[in-house]
Amino acid sequence: MRILVCISNVPDTTTKVKFSADNTSFDDGGVQWIINPWDELALTRAMELKEDTSNGVSRVTVVSVGPASVEPTLRKALAIGADDAIRVDGEAGDAHYVAAQLASVAGSGDFGVILCGIESSDYNGSAVGGMLSEILDVPSVSAISGLTMNGEEVTITRDIDGGKEEVSVPAPFVGVVQKGIAKEPRIAAMRGIMMARKKPLQVVPAVDAETLTETQEFAMPEPKAPCKMVEADNVKELVGLLQNEAKVL
Amino acid sequence: MEEKKLITGGEFLVKETSPADVFIPEELDEEQRMIGETCKDFLETEVFPVADRIDAQEEGLMRSLLEKSGELGLLGITIPEEYEGFGQSFITNMYSSEILGAGYSYAVAYSCHTGIGTLPILYYGNEEQRAKYIPKLATGELIGAYCLTEPGAGSDANSGTTKAVLSEDGKHYVINGAKMWITNGGFADVMTVFAKIDNDRVLSAFILDRDFEGIIFNPEEKKMGIKGSSTRQIFFNDVKVPVENMLGKRGEGFRIALNILHMGRIKLGANVIGSAKKAIDQSVQYANERKQFNCLISQFGAIKYKLAEQVIRTFATECSVYRASKALDDAIAYYVAKGDDKGRNTMEAFNHFAVEAAAMKVFASEALDYVADEGVQIHGGMGFSAEMMIEKGYRDSRINRIFEGTNEINRLLLVDSVLKKGARGVLPIMELAGEAFEEVKKMNGAPAPAEGWFEEKDQYVANLKKVVLMLLKSASDKFNRTLVQEQEILSNISDCIIQVYVAESVVLRLKKMESMKGEEETKLYRDMADVFVYDAAARIAKFARDTTYSFANGEVLDLLEKGISNFTSVAGVNVKEARRRIADQLIEENKYCF
Repeated sequence: MRILVCISNVPDTTTKVKFSADNTSFDDGGVQWIINPWDELALTRAMELKEDTSNGVSRVTVVSVGPASVEPTLRKALAIGADDAIRVDGEAGDAHYVAAQLASVAGSGDFGVILCGIESSDYNGSAVGGMLSEILDVPSVSAISGLTMNGEEVTITRDIDGGKEEVSVPAPFVGVVQKGIAKEPRIAAMRGIMMARKKPLQVVPAVDAETLTETQEFAMPEPKAPCKMVEADNVKELVGLLQNEAKVL
Repeated sequence: MEEKKLITGGEFLVKETSPADVFIPEELDEEQRMIGETCKDFLETEVFPVADRIDAQEEGLMRSLLEKSGELGLLGITIPEEYEGFGQSFITNMYSSEILGAGYSYAVAYSCHTGIGTLPILYYGNEEQRAKYIPKLATGELIGAYCLTEPGAGSDANSGTTKAVLSEDGKHYVINGAKMWITNGGFADVMTVFAKIDNDRVLSAFILDRDFEGIIFNPEEKKMGIKGSSTRQIFFNDVKVPVENMLGKRGEGFRIALNILHMGRIKLGANVIGSAKKAIDQSVQYANERKQFNCLISQFGAIKYKLAEQVIRTFATECSVYRASKALDDAIAYYVAKGDDKGRNTMEAFNHFAVEAAAMKVFASEALDYVADEGVQIHGGMGFSAEMMIEKGYRDSRINRIFEGTNEINRLLLVDSVLKKGARGVLPIMELAGEAFEEVKKMNGAPAPAEGWFEEKDQYVANLKKVVLMLLKSASDKFNRTLVQEQEILSNISDCIIQVYVAESVVLRLKKMESMKGEEETKLYRDMADVFVYDAAARIAKFARDTTYSFANGEVLDLLEKGISNFTSVAGVNVKEARRRIADQLIEENKYCF
């Protein structure tokens, strides 16, 4: 069985977010790009599944939608251990566009398990996985925190309110994963980094797909109001501030 | 590579360097950056979470961290592929050393193992010795240490009294003596030990395994900083070392020791950059949280000055260290291509760059001391609390001015190397100094500044070099062979040389950056260069005058005074505003971002 891991190229989580002057686009000057942390967990689990030969995973492929600038992120995935990479040459306009491109790649190979992170750490849309399964017309399971294989049989653990749910699903399917799916993300070893340059990274043209949403404006959160300290025994002042300044009472 | 194109050590004093001949961090390729990310990820996931346990020297912890580094391949970055390494360039080695340099005591253990612990065998070992030890040192199966210093032989390393005597059957050397300040001593499996055979005047080197009978390890030293790194005194009592464990030839030990130290000094420069950037991050993040007088302290000019100066000195170190790294990479390629023995030829390249190595060691370690010291100051009272990481960084920083040759020894060695190259005709010091004196005689006031920002900076740097050349010549003429005893003068001249090298490195980086990114993108970097060159000129003027008034008289005194005054004259810079702009960028990003 082959596993396809969908990778989103996102700004490092410590990036100081800035927008263009008219607040309609993200200013990516000086930004360091990384594998979306949830996608990285999906990749880690895919590697774990492949390493246990009893699972019969023959190959782990990573795919991303974007211009040539996303290739370093794909090569990082190759350095971590993926066998090959595919870049769909297009601008990742919105979730629908990305899902359509991923579906084109996923549908053209014999992938039994297609994994996505539950969201990307930049736009946090949580939409691509569901759309992808719909376009492919295969089942999808979301919020996966555990995934085991027994031959073609896949058992999934989901975190639900107050407990866990175990479900089985026939392959092929789209698995949308969250924290808990794998141990800590792996550090790319020197050997992996050296091998990454020799592994295939295929660039495929984008298929026709609509971008259904358009960003009108970004806004930064309001800066936090200054903190006021009140003596512990001065309840009267505290109540007064809550009533008159914070206006929450 | 054609020999004429190869930059030689110390050449910067007598020639202009082209920006094409320097490497700047902006040129790091994708693979090098990925290696850097691996180093960073390793620190964040394996080292920083256990920083306190490392400092408490928890049994087995440091060794296990080195073993994990080995599993990731980090111990074999520059080791050739035939010995289980990855054969990366010296620049890549320096970049990984920079990132890992932020790792406090772990960085010391790592540097010791991959540098002085491994390289003597890699570079001077015979094929059997390399095959036996290097693959295991590259993977972390074995950990290395280097035993040179003795209770009575520190800076004067060749005065060591550890003895090696050939056994009657000719199969062993029997080693007796004591070594101290041995990093990784608590757990190293393999040690390069320097000793004198019989009544030799110079050292020889030997490879010793930890389990050889007669090696006694003292308890861990209690240290001011780098508390987590293992530092032991080691005694050798009738230790029988097989004759095949001699490293290199008899009497070659001192050369091995010095060449390894040249390399270690440049690498120390890279390590320091990592530590300094971490201390700057801590400083600005604290300044962006701490309020006094109802205002974040990062908004105060006095704090901005400190933050900006931390950045400028770190940036300047970076410019110089990577410049030297490229010169070394080119020299290594040249010398390796020239002969069959890759190891020895690599070290030959390091030997040629003794001037740059000493300059980097001194400047980088003192830059870090400034950064760490002002980091504590920015933290105020909290900086004095052991709760804060800056306190640890401050204590850890101090050793850098002492190990790998004290800064005092390095200052002396630096001028000595320059003068020797001059005497051998490698560098036309005296000829160019003579021309500078002639130029001064004809001068009527300071030269008018050249048109254009870069042209002006080039002119300043060229003039500052003339001051250095004049000092070298006049001091040599005055003292001749006794100059070696004039340590204050040598130290002053050395400081001038270091400032020249760093100032020129900053300008060269700017030239290359602007050609890559354009002027608009590099404005703040021009501020850094403006401040650094302006300050360097003032520092050189002070050092040069101190030297001049120490020995010169008559016409030489007059010419030196005139030369110093004219050649260190630079246009005024609004350093307050320049520093504020640099600090504002740092404050905005809340981390080192240059």
